[in-house]
Amino acid sequence: MNMLRAGRWITFIALLLLAGVYVRALAFTPVEAMQGLAQKIFYVHVPAAIWAETAMVLVGLASAVYLFTKDPRLDRFAAASAEVGTVFCATVLTTGPIWGKPIWGTWWTWDARLTLTLFLFLIYVGYLLLRGAVTDPGMRARFAAVLGICGMCEVPFIHLSVFMFPTLHPMPIVLKPSAPSLPWSMLSTWLMSLGVFTLLYVGFVVQRYALSYLREQLETVGGSHA
Amino acid sequence: MLRHAWAVAAKDLLVEFRSRTAILSVAVFVVLVLVVFNFGRDPTAVSNIDLAPSILWVTFTFAAILALNRAFQIELENQALEGLLLAPIDRGSIYLGKLIANLLFVVTIEVIGLPLVALFFNVQVLLAPLVLVIALATVGFVAVGTLFSAMTVRTRFAELLLPVLLLPFMILPLTWAVQATVRLLAARPLSEIAGWLNMLAVYDIVFLALALLLFSATVTE
Repeated sequence: MNMLRAGRWITFIALLLLAGVYVRALAFTPVEAMQGLAQKIFYVHVPAAIWAETAMVLVGLASAVYLFTKDPRLDRFAAASAEVGTVFCATVLTTGPIWGKPIWGTWWTWDARLTLTLFLFLIYVGYLLLRGAVTDPGMRARFAAVLGICGMCEVPFIHLSVFMFPTLHPMPIVLKPSAPSLPWSMLSTWLMSLGVFTLLYVGFVVQRYALSYLREQLETVGGSHA
Repeated sequence: MLRHAWAVAAKDLLVEFRSRTAILSVAVFVVLVLVVFNFGRDPTAVSNIDLAPSILWVTFTFAAILALNRAFQIELENQALEGLLLAPIDRGSIYLGKLIANLLFVVTIEVIGLPLVALFFNVQVLLAPLVLVIALATVGFVAVGTLFSAMTVRTRFAELLLPVLLLPFMILPLTWAVQATVRLLAARPLSEIAGWLNMLAVYDIVFLALALLLFSATVTE
């Protein structure tokens, strides 16, 4: 199937570029003065975090439109986006502690941002579990859409909450109202990484979308994917 | 719409009032959770006042989940849900009715639980602002919980899936409520908790409106 192949190619190119970004980050980008090498993880951590949250918003938007149009393509997209979001969230939650150990001296702290990323991850997992627990495809799509919309609506609360708790986490230095306070040498690497993660998201989603399409085809001819 | 909602709620409450099994079991459950909490800590190391907010909210959380699980469970017998959906009333009324019944049920549990917390852990809990905090938090998570339990009853592992889906949504109002409770029990001025109260109120409004809009998608065939 063409779509599956396209998805694989996009993912392959994105992974190659990711390796390229890391060569650039490690060899051609200055080492941060305070944090040293640990700061390099920022080029994975932040783009993954941005896409983990964006994926949730996209799940919610696709779900909202799905409830009106009942277009199965939107449901497939929401499912794909949620799975990729889960992976990115897991990336954020693993790279975070790896950075936290040398910088904060602890793997995990019940800091607002960490806790709330964990919530996002749990919402994703709940979403995927719910999809797995409903057998009827129509019902599965509607239930998932309801949960997806609720999940999207929780994201702003998570963000508001972050500002209400005392936090150890570095404040945003790229995505903030004033200009990014990052030297261009680091910012350019970071922007490349963000581009690569966007490509990775697209590649993964296209593959998952094609897979769920194939699975539906198989279900309609009476086969079983189990 | 409200009249219909009340009819649905009255039906649920009547069923509960006639049997009284659920409320009694949950009340016993509340007592047991409180006892477990008491023995699950070292009283010389952790003082009552430090632990009381956590005990209060963890107990309410688990009791509320038990109550919410049952809300649509009773509609599964004899296809009662189909009957309810065939009634010439708005889907929003059914949701509101279920919400009212659940709220009254959870509030009853809280009315039983709160004095017990005061009794067992020797803290002053009869404060008007604390009642407000509890009310706001309860409305928020019961609103979301009622919506979710309409979905989870029709899935496999319903009893397990509801807490898994609901807790990530519950923890957020819960953290605000705990922050407010900590300050109230420590007799801090009210102005310190205004922010948390605002967040709770906004959460309630957003998720109530959302649940009203989305409910029909969870029951329509």
